[in-house]
Amino acid sequence: MMRRGLAGQRLVATFLGGALLFNYPVLSLLDRSEPFFGMPMLWACLFIVWAVLIAVVAWIAERGAR
Amino acid sequence: MLSGTVVVAASFAYLLVLFAVAWYGDRRAEQGRSIIANPWTYAMSLAVYCTAWTYFGSVGRAASGGVWFLPIYLGPTLAMSLSWVVLLKMIRISRTYRITSIADFIASRYGKSHLLGGLVTIIAVVGMVPYIALQLKAISSGYSVLTGSDDSGVFPFAAASWFNDGTLYVALTLALFTVLFGARHLDAAERHEGMVAAIAFESVVKLLAFLVIGGFVTWSVYEGFDDIFTRAFADPELAALLSLKTASSAGYGGWFALTLLAMLSVIFLPRQFQVTVVENVNEQHLRRATWLFPGYLLLINIFVLPIALGGLLYFGRGTVDPDTFVLSLPLAHGERALALLAFVGGFSAATGMVIVETIAVSTMVCNDLVMPLLLGIERFKRSNHPDLTGLLLGIRRGAIVVVLLLGYLYFRLAGEAYALVSIGLISFAAVAQFAPAMLGGMYWRGGTREGALAGLLAGFVVWAYTLMLPSVAKSGWLDRAFLDYGLFGLEYLRPEQLFGLGGLDSISHALFWSLTANIACYVIVSLARVPTGQEATQATLFVDVFSRGQDTPATFWRGSAQIQDLQPLVARFLGAERARRMFESYARERGVARIDDLKPDAGLVQFAETQLAGAIGSASARVMVSSVVQEEPLGLDEVMDILDEASQVRAYSHELEEKSQALEAATAELRAANERLKELDRLKDDFMSSVTHELRTPLTSIRAFSEMLLDDPEIDLKDRTRFLGIIVSETERLTRLVNQVLDMAKIESGHAEWHNTDIDMRELVGHAVETTEQLFRDRGAVLELDLPDRAPHLRADRDRLLQVMLNLISNAAKFVPGDTGVVRVRLTCETGQLRVDVTDNGPGIAPEQLGVIFEKFRQGGDQYSRPQGTGLGLPISRQIVEHFGGRLWVQSRPGEGATFSFVLPLPPEAGDGPDRAMT
Repeated sequence: MMRRGLAGQRLVATFLGGALLFNYPVLSLLDRSEPFFGMPMLWACLFIVWAVLIAVVAWIAERGAR
Repeated sequence: MLSGTVVVAASFAYLLVLFAVAWYGDRRAEQGRSIIANPWTYAMSLAVYCTAWTYFGSVGRAASGGVWFLPIYLGPTLAMSLSWVVLLKMIRISRTYRITSIADFIASRYGKSHLLGGLVTIIAVVGMVPYIALQLKAISSGYSVLTGSDDSGVFPFAAASWFNDGTLYVALTLALFTVLFGARHLDAAERHEGMVAAIAFESVVKLLAFLVIGGFVTWSVYEGFDDIFTRAFADPELAALLSLKTASSAGYGGWFALTLLAMLSVIFLPRQFQVTVVENVNEQHLRRATWLFPGYLLLINIFVLPIALGGLLYFGRGTVDPDTFVLSLPLAHGERALALLAFVGGFSAATGMVIVETIAVSTMVCNDLVMPLLLGIERFKRSNHPDLTGLLLGIRRGAIVVVLLLGYLYFRLAGEAYALVSIGLISFAAVAQFAPAMLGGMYWRGGTREGALAGLLAGFVVWAYTLMLPSVAKSGWLDRAFLDYGLFGLEYLRPEQLFGLGGLDSISHALFWSLTANIACYVIVSLARVPTGQEATQATLFVDVFSRGQDTPATFWRGSAQIQDLQPLVARFLGAERARRMFESYARERGVARIDDLKPDAGLVQFAETQLAGAIGSASARVMVSSVVQEEPLGLDEVMDILDEASQVRAYSHELEEKSQALEAATAELRAANERLKELDRLKDDFMSSVTHELRTPLTSIRAFSEMLLDDPEIDLKDRTRFLGIIVSETERLTRLVNQVLDMAKIESGHAEWHNTDIDMRELVGHAVETTEQLFRDRGAVLELDLPDRAPHLRADRDRLLQVMLNLISNAAKFVPGDTGVVRVRLTCETGQLRVDVTDNGPGIAPEQLGVIFEKFRQGGDQYSRPQGTGLGLPISRQIVEHFGGRLWVQSRPGEGATFSFVLPLPPEAGDGPDRAMT
């Protein structure tokens, strides 16, 4: 059962990691005025972190399904 | 601009499609081939989170606050990664106890309290009706933008009076849809397959529409992200939107508060509870939704900032409401079809939210507000009307229509006012008040009814005072004075700077104070008294839902019930036919043929109550069931006794298991020890018989010759001398044997004496060879000696080592063939050890005997070729070598002779003191 298993713990760890990345002070590191490949640094970084987070959650959740 | 007819036609055509999808979904469900029973549909239905407020409002927020629209979607992403901890438990609890709404959840958890259910319902209605109004407003202002009838969009669909206001008809159509697919019949599980299918469909439509518009703005109006952002960077006012600090004054605290708020909302919004928990078909679907739903949120937000910046760049500030950029940008570029598509997307976002929210809220209103009031009327409770399903459905449908009309009314009254525009986050803050009671109820046993009541009430009042009333005042319906100068002119009561707390935006401020008040009251009041029996029962059922398992009904009940009373009761609310089927299937589960044979026990009462709970709410079900069964309420002590008993039984069985495991291990150990003892015993017997056998042979010959000498004094001297010689040699053999047995026993028991001295192995080997020279001469064999020039000394017992050498050499001499025998003795120095090899060219040793010859009394060779010997020499030699830390072994192939070798470790160079004993 995933609830008690490794996958559940991994998801909680991912949550903690996400909460850290989406908040001060990490956020302030991303908040720069110079562009990132022509895009606003903060905007681009938030989406990248977001996408990575979703990918990690997907990997954990779907792996646990096996 | 588009003509109003086209837009209205498109809207209603879309609604027709929605009806079709829902109808199809329902039909498939009836056929048992559900189209929503897959994780994709489930994840899509969760996307009802994205309302018109997302669809239009995100762009508006981005236009004024840059990336500040994002926390509303980052929060749900974080919350979903915890879904296996929180949501799964909610789903399991709700399924097990037939809970169909948040109000019911909270009411049921805290002792099935009507009061709590009612309070939660009121909070939900107060929080959600304006939200529904906001969706209607989005539709109407979308319409006015498309048709260009009224840019300010106050009274859209260009209606002069309510009866020709298109929004009203949209609202009524939605009410019709919701009644048809949300309250067509009573379902104990309260699931609506067609509705969920329609919602999933709407989610796909709004996502596709938004992506198309986003793509259009990004790549058709501008030349990709680069282009938009380069232009935005060039405009200092727009560039300010791209940074967190310059875009909003709320700061990181505000960012955190918004994220938290969104996290709580995605779990506790009534519509989210409805699709996530109530409409969940299979718990496993949650697994995919965990990432698919956040993925959806990410996709629908990619183009928000580009559209907002694109709109601001194109229209400039202040000319066009940024909330309508999604529509006005395509329109401004003459893309009317695209604009219509954008409108349909927004329309689907709005209708999806309205439908689900209305169902969720109407379930609460019916089960937790109206039913308790009806049950409060004695006459109703006593009435013996056999079927109340019609009444129940009527209430449910009435509630749907009323909620929708309330939404419409609020929209007409509020219009463009601040109270409507800001309602999204205000609603979120309202449902966040459910969090302490819900989460506390799921993980903490100590929460009590009064605690939950106090927490919710405090949170709600603070929320109303710090968020709701200010928004009302800002709309101009209330004197603003209390906003600026505080209630009764008390400065510290200013609702947006409560107790002088400044520096926070209004949402963070309200969230902080309301949640603080909520949690504090919940915890403090809960801790004021011990829970009652009913509360403790429910707490256990909720907190331990996973460990209790689904098939063990709660047995916290004492009393008597009659199936003749229970079945009609369930039938009153669920219909006679349905009730009969339910009880029949329950009887089958119990292995009973007929309903009447069912034992009227706690399980049956629990079953009936659970079925009723699905239809009328757990608190009302409790009241109804207790009206027909005679029961004695259980006190806390009794509940605790039952719990203790159960946990004690569990503990005992656990202990028992452990003990039996330990016992098994001990038995295995004993068995092994016994085997070892038996083996030793066998060895001892073998040893004894071997020894006696070896003793008997010389004794027999001694006795025989002695008797001959005794019997016949006439024997001549020659024979007499020969006989006496035999007797002496046999006696010597006996002595040797006894000595060796004693030796062996001493070494084995560790009582042997060792006299260690420095030994030169060259000298020792040489001595041994000299001693045995006669033996070789007798056999006609040759002994070759191969010694190194010098060998390091080692410390050991010289006599013992000599014994080993003599044993090996004499063994070799015994086995070599008469005239051609060669025995080679070789001493070599290896690193850290000395090695001695004694090689012969005898018959060799059969492989199966290689291990045996070191055992006591086991001699090499077969019975006939076996030379004289005690069979103890090799075992003793091995014992001696091993005593000095060395090793004795043999290598041999039959026909090629044998090599007996042993190594002895050299003492380490350091610490090689003269007095060092080896023992």
